[in-house]
Amino acid sequence: MTLRVLSHMVMVLGLLLVAFPLYLAFVASTHTAEAIVQAPMPLWPGTNLLETYKIALFGGGTGAGSTAPAARMLWVSLVTALVITFGKIAISLLSAFAIVYFRFPLKGFFFWAIFVTLMLPVEVRIMPTYKVVSDLGMLNTYAGLTVPLIASATATFLFRQFFLTVPDELVEAARVDGAGPMRFFKDILLPLSKTSIAALFVIQFIYGWNQYLWPLLATTSEDMYPVVIGIKRMIAGGDAANDWNVVMATALLAMLPPAIVVVLMQKWFVKGLVDTEK
Amino acid sequence: MEKRVLFQSAWLPWLLLAPQMAVIGVFFFWPAGQAMLQSFQLQDTFGMSTEWVGMDNFKALFSDSAYFESFKITAWFSFLVAALGIAISLVLAVFADRIVRGAMLYKTFLIVPYAVAPAVAGVLWLFMFSPTLGIVAYGLRRLGVEWDYLLNSSHAMTLIVMAAVWNQISYNFLFFLAGLQSIPKSLIEAAAIDGAGPWRRFWSIQVPLLSPTTFFLLVINIVHAFFSTFGIVDATTQGGPGQDTMILVYKVYNDGFKNGDLGGSAAQSVILMAIVVALTVIQFRYIEKKVQY
Repeated sequence: MTLRVLSHMVMVLGLLLVAFPLYLAFVASTHTAEAIVQAPMPLWPGTNLLETYKIALFGGGTGAGSTAPAARMLWVSLVTALVITFGKIAISLLSAFAIVYFRFPLKGFFFWAIFVTLMLPVEVRIMPTYKVVSDLGMLNTYAGLTVPLIASATATFLFRQFFLTVPDELVEAARVDGAGPMRFFKDILLPLSKTSIAALFVIQFIYGWNQYLWPLLATTSEDMYPVVIGIKRMIAGGDAANDWNVVMATALLAMLPPAIVVVLMQKWFVKGLVDTEK
Repeated sequence: MEKRVLFQSAWLPWLLLAPQMAVIGVFFFWPAGQAMLQSFQLQDTFGMSTEWVGMDNFKALFSDSAYFESFKITAWFSFLVAALGIAISLVLAVFADRIVRGAMLYKTFLIVPYAVAPAVAGVLWLFMFSPTLGIVAYGLRRLGVEWDYLLNSSHAMTLIVMAAVWNQISYNFLFFLAGLQSIPKSLIEAAAIDGAGPWRRFWSIQVPLLSPTTFFLLVINIVHAFFSTFGIVDATTQGGPGQDTMILVYKVYNDGFKNGDLGGSAAQSVILMAIVVALTVIQFRYIEKKVQY
């Protein structure tokens, strides 16, 4: 067989491998809980779609685990993801600007301080960070969910890399025109950075939306759960009587916004990934 | 690496840096310092008194067979996730590189797992492989395999490896594809003219030229397997059966939050920090070398 046919076959196989769990989740969300619990579950969509999603979004399920309505959790996830994304981008733009375009004492120290945070993902400091957030009274708040995650070395370095490629002539021209640094930043640098910002937007939105360990620690009240935590909480120990159709519906709702962002902004996403490698 | 033309200001750079510095000061360095401090202390169960015990927590960890087990499990887990993730994505990328029609469609589908949170990926795979109602578990039982990840540790490890690899396919695939597409077509054509078939071209041209990408992905996959898979473990096995999928990062959480062993958990955190530093140094050292060719 020709190489071209083989290539397509491999790709289709890969696609099936990737899509199967998602397809199954979708099918499960269109049946009633009873239909799924008897193995083997049906492989074709059922007729219970509206009912299942209604329960998933607005509560009222009878599962053994948490039955928090997904609508509220989706909102928490959305706010958290957007605050983290915009916050990170804003803070990193400012820091990168300072590091690239100014000379000031201790600049090297600050640069290395930011670099070191690359090596301190939240997973290596969970207990003490929890204590700090708790002492500051930030548990179960949007601030607690977002601020500890809002400083990003990767974003700062990405912008720094980019700013270094901006021609010096632009700065000279701005100076000649009498513009100060912030004018330069706003009117010249920011518009030039649009692609990097778009790329980072995708990556950080997904990062913020998919946060698990930190929200697990920082929230104890159901109405502040992001949806990713909510799903796990719905599954009561092993195989107890969970409403699997509702769980799967919630899972699909949980992955929809990041998937939409990634697919719609595919071009910038790929660029962002490849750029952060350098 | 500095710009020729700089702005002059006595106070502006400080103001610009202030937000990032404030956040990392309060939420990174202060807690990291606390973790290091706590790793040298022993607290009583109510947190009323703390005692300085020097290296005792570390010594206890190194002579604890459970900790050693966790290390082995994590190493094995990262190896499997990295090796399988890289191999599968490489195959997909190589074939995707050759396709002109439909490339966009395949790429779009293959990107979706990246958007799925590890915890959700865990839930999806748990649903498929649940011993009582999972459809794949049912299929396996029909084939005679007594699948039960709640009781069998290799089944449990298989489950978390599959979920983690599925989650990482997109990332690896995109990097490999970018790497392949940056290989000059002239090189491949020259080899074809010399009579090298596609298999030969793959091994003598594409694989060597992809080695920086492969190395980079290896480090990234290992770091990911060490840290970002917490959600997968929490959603599926919670470190079980027994302690057989207790990867290091899950153990820190388990010992600290569930068992209240603050000193031990802090010591484990410090060790994890050392591992991240080592991996990051390796990554940067190697990337620096790469830039020279």
